[in-house]
Amino acid sequence: MAEITYIQAISNGLREEMRRDDRVFVIGEDVGVYGGAFKVTLGFQDEFGPWRVIDSPLSETAIIGACTGASIMGLRPVAEMQFSDFVSCAWDHIVTVAAKQHYRAGTPVPITIRLPSGGGFSGGPFHSQNPESSFAHIPGLKIVCPSTPEDAKGLLASAIHDPNPVLYFEHKHLYRRIKGEVPDERYETPIGKARVHREGTDVSVITWGAMVYTAGEAAQQLEEDGVSVEIVDLRSILPWDKQAVLASAEKTSKVLVLHEDTRTGGFGAEIVATIAEEAFESLDAPIKRIAAPDTPVPFSPPLEKAYIPQVDDVVAGLRELAEY
Amino acid sequence: MAATQTVDVVMPQMGVSVSEGTVTKWLKQVGEKIEADESLLEISTDKVDTEVPSPGTGVVAEILVQEGETVDVGTKLAVIAPEGAEASAPAEAPPEPATQEAAAEVAQAAPAEATPPTREEPAPAPAAQPQPAAATGDGRAFVSPVVARIAAEHGVDPGRVPGTGRGGRVTKQDILQFIEQGGEPTEAPSEPEAVQAPPKAPPEPPAAPAEAPPEPPRPARTAAPAAAEAELTPGEQEEPVTAMRRGIAEHMRRSLDTAAHVTSAIEVDMSRVVAIREKLKPEFQKSYGVNPTYLVFIARAVVETLKDYPWINGELRGDKIVTRNFVNLGFAVELTDGKGLIVPVVKSTEGLNLLGITRAVTDIAERARSKRLTPEDVQGGTFTITNPGGYGTFHGTPVISQPQAAILGTYALVKRPWVVQDDRGQDTLGIRPIMNLTLTYDHRLIDGALAGRFLRDLRERLQTWGEADY
Repeated sequence: MAEITYIQAISNGLREEMRRDDRVFVIGEDVGVYGGAFKVTLGFQDEFGPWRVIDSPLSETAIIGACTGASIMGLRPVAEMQFSDFVSCAWDHIVTVAAKQHYRAGTPVPITIRLPSGGGFSGGPFHSQNPESSFAHIPGLKIVCPSTPEDAKGLLASAIHDPNPVLYFEHKHLYRRIKGEVPDERYETPIGKARVHREGTDVSVITWGAMVYTAGEAAQQLEEDGVSVEIVDLRSILPWDKQAVLASAEKTSKVLVLHEDTRTGGFGAEIVATIAEEAFESLDAPIKRIAAPDTPVPFSPPLEKAYIPQVDDVVAGLRELAEY
Repeated sequence: MAATQTVDVVMPQMGVSVSEGTVTKWLKQVGEKIEADESLLEISTDKVDTEVPSPGTGVVAEILVQEGETVDVGTKLAVIAPEGAEASAPAEAPPEPATQEAAAEVAQAAPAEATPPTREEPAPAPAAQPQPAAATGDGRAFVSPVVARIAAEHGVDPGRVPGTGRGGRVTKQDILQFIEQGGEPTEAPSEPEAVQAPPKAPPEPPAAPAEAPPEPPRPARTAAPAAAEAELTPGEQEEPVTAMRRGIAEHMRRSLDTAAHVTSAIEVDMSRVVAIREKLKPEFQKSYGVNPTYLVFIARAVVETLKDYPWINGELRGDKIVTRNFVNLGFAVELTDGKGLIVPVVKSTEGLNLLGITRAVTDIAERARSKRLTPEDVQGGTFTITNPGGYGTFHGTPVISQPQAAILGTYALVKRPWVVQDDRGQDTLGIRPIMNLTLTYDHRLIDGALAGRFLRDLRERLQTWGEADY
């Protein structure tokens, strides 16, 4: 066990998979010579050579198209979208081809797409998005959003090992801010299993990604008021761990769903709807949602702060539920 | 608007905690024309009696619920069809309830619980969920899904659970704690909205035995004759139990199960009041169109006396005693058909002089008889006066309106031979108008000595106050 950063865990995990399985290769913009925009693949080309760490043209369409073909032919590509915002260029290849290939032809499509996502550092509208919910509507895909270094490594291993296209959302604001103990050996974190980040009895927060920490700070404040907050880190969006969410909802009877993505059609809506359908008789308060407003992510630091849910927003929401 | 298609008339929701109502009278019969918003029928609930306006213009096509029947809120009562549409079989003519002078009698009708102000919707709203909770404040009316489920699983009435949530709402924790403690709200928080559940029995036996309740204590659950428990024997007749009667029955029984009823009585020489009233009566009638009855003089004196006896105007709420700086005075009013009574409340009487109280009492009594009271009119009382003396009775033991602490009974004003003193201080017999007053109080909170002092002070006021004091 060693304490490493979230980004180091991703890098270590990727390197480990490449070392143990020759079929795994990396492709993306500036991932080779430059080592990636965030330096996740720094030194990879030296170790694995230019044919396993491929600098692609500036075309997400080409990257995912190449991955789809390679995966059908038996390889295990790991694509890097330099920013998750750019993935929209590859929509057709992911949604129309990769996600449906298995249903059409029966072949596995073991692609992992790394998507550096999220805001919090004035990246503006093109470099701060969290587009997980757009893909959550597409059958045939899997989506993971690790929040801890341990899960970052474990879920990357699972994603690469999985026979389906997996969108791996790595939150940029966690890269160097979050450190944690990570086992040295290889392990897989199961896709579709949530993790209780913090045990509590009075109110549940269902969240993922960087918001896990926002919720954690808020829960700390609530604890001082004598309110015990449980935080469920979803970890996977597709498939998502209904049982864990319903269990927490049934335990506390008060639920706050929190995400950094915009509100309307955000994945929180799916969670809220499911709780309402399946745990209605366990509820002691209306389910609450906290999310970003329905606008692009603003550049201006004060505006971005107002846009992304902050600890104070979550504290207020939790208090409201606790007092209900 | 004229109806272009048939419109259903349903039993309206008269307050959140009301789940059913009784059709007391159809004002239109099948085949009769009716305008939108014109009164179609009269209904009675355990909160208020009111008229239901027609939701559309047209012809009464069907009457589905007959007079005297009690149905759930939202039940279809009648159908209004566009004019020219066929009418179905006519309904029978209703018996006209006899009107009579409404002298207030016995105790209270509607349980003193509060409801949010939903009333007399022009278009009857569809049924909301029947609400078992004794609603007080907006939060209490709402029972969350989990609380409803736990309540059902354990057979607990959420209305009896002290609520700590927003607006006094019963939270999951509240009901779990309630069940854990064996269903007794001993740890009741002293929220203003806290439920008026009966606290534990008093340590001392009452000084005087309380008499039997004036009403039959067994609330009938169903009004439908079809569900009668025993066969009628020859000579017996039966009629449905109205929602109001059921409300009275439940409340009377609950009150006797809750409070330790004791009654003390005192005789008051009303000579002075009679004299002042004789003088003021023509003046009040001429200038203001109202009649200062003996009752309002007594009410004025009661309000003034209660200021010195906050507990008698108070309430035993959980493990706390609640007192107030206001007196919301309830007056028991008999309804015109002689088959029910209601206790409208005059709020903040401490700010009213004799004319103010006279006007307020006249107003609520009139609205009670014409069935125009709102749910707010019958809630929030802190002390009640009942006047069964109109028929000559000289003593009684009324039942306390929960969660109040006491109720004053006023009785017949009778000229009696009375020992008075002559000019030289010698005892002699005079003729005096004497009225008996009773205070029935909850001995859990009020001791006999306190009740005695209250009655003494009240008598003193009535015997010595001058015109200006009223």
